[in-house]
Amino acid sequence: MTAAFPHRHAAHCESGTVATLLRTRGLDISEPMVFGIGGGLFFIHLPFAKLGGFPLTAYRIMPRAIIKNLTKRLGIKMHYERFRDPEAGTRRLDELLANNTSVGLQSNIFWLSYFPADMRFQYNGHNMVAYGKQADVYLISDPVTDVTVTCPADDLRRARFARGGPFAPKGLLYYPQDIPSRIELAPAALLATRKVCKEMLDTPIPFFGVRGIRYLAKRLERWPEKLGDKVARANVAHVIRMQEEIGTGGAGFRFLYAAFLQEAASLLERPALTGISQRLTEVGDRWREFAVLGAQLCKNKESGTLVYQRLANLLRQCADGEQKVFTDLRNALR
Amino acid sequence: MRSKDVPQDESILEGHQRACYAVDEDGHYTVVASKGWDVEKVVNGVAVRDLREELEHTRQRVVAGLASPLEFHMQRCQMTPSMLAANADIWGWRVRRHLKPAVFATLGPSLLARYADTLRMTVDELKQIPLRPVDRTS
Repeated sequence: MTAAFPHRHAAHCESGTVATLLRTRGLDISEPMVFGIGGGLFFIHLPFAKLGGFPLTAYRIMPRAIIKNLTKRLGIKMHYERFRDPEAGTRRLDELLANNTSVGLQSNIFWLSYFPADMRFQYNGHNMVAYGKQADVYLISDPVTDVTVTCPADDLRRARFARGGPFAPKGLLYYPQDIPSRIELAPAALLATRKVCKEMLDTPIPFFGVRGIRYLAKRLERWPEKLGDKVARANVAHVIRMQEEIGTGGAGFRFLYAAFLQEAASLLERPALTGISQRLTEVGDRWREFAVLGAQLCKNKESGTLVYQRLANLLRQCADGEQKVFTDLRNALR
Repeated sequence: MRSKDVPQDESILEGHQRACYAVDEDGHYTVVASKGWDVEKVVNGVAVRDLREELEHTRQRVVAGLASPLEFHMQRCQMTPSMLAANADIWGWRVRRHLKPAVFATLGPSLLARYADTLRMTVDELKQIPLRPVDRTS
């Protein structure tokens, strides 16, 4: 298995890891399909929950929810193991790899030296596939890197057993134990899409979904007067970092979901989804405009409260766009 | 995003590439590898610069005798006292005490070794801090 692992480049670590684990076991489904059936798209802005000192802003559901949703909806049995003792966790991983079992791992990013230096933050929700070990080096298929990488055993041990922050991985490893011989993607995709519409439109709490985007817009407008220019700027930078860096390549999750809708159009034989996919792509482009303007603010090319208003207005356009997209999507699936 | 618009800027990826979903000329979604994006470099730069400024501030506090080198190295590893406590398996209140220079100076070899291992360094390195200011630009 170590000779040529069928690595595939992915936009998001969790959907990419699951797609790779399934593909190497004979179930070839695309990353967008995994993301879609896993119901990955969401929006969260929690002012009181801090991540690295900033309000938690996420453009997708909580870590590991994609895996849980997908396996439940497709009837796949995923085997999970966590460890109290790092030694035991390392032994178990080595044992599985010696048996040629590729394994999904949850990890921290800070200790992974194959990551670019400026991207190594204490974040515990990363996912990757380990597929072999040679001497003291693990062979890793990390979905967010373009090629397979190697990872020193010490890096990986620290990354798997990092403690203290949110989502501590506790050495979590997982692999599909049982994949049904007949997989029905269509009903799962239909159910998952309806669920995402519901979550985006109907969550009765202002921090989530489309309401969450509007809530962020309202708060962002007040940041300069409430926090002062420097902190306000850092907050904007953080919101965009969550969108770009953790979210990949510019509103990545919107485009990933649009790619899913395009695939779902033929899977579900609902051509209307193609048009809705295009409109979600346009919303993604609006998110990118927001990121560009935010970056100009951070570079001091723009300043003053007017910029914050323009940023907030762009967010409101994103919210309006997503509201329409998911309303139409729900209607198209009736 | 159209595939021809996928950003290919010199960025923070150090030669890695990022997968972007973008629409090709026929309107189909494909994966396009991106070298990086200026926007990402800028917003990431804000975060990295803030971390380094705080680290330099702590370095000066160590020089002034207001903080222990442990605090500097903890912060270098982007940890809070509670994270350091969890990773080193030492009570939080003890860790917070050890951030005081006077208390740190009395630590025995086994505690020092535990901290050093947690922060991936030797005990000698743990007792020192860089003489030069932390570079704020990357």
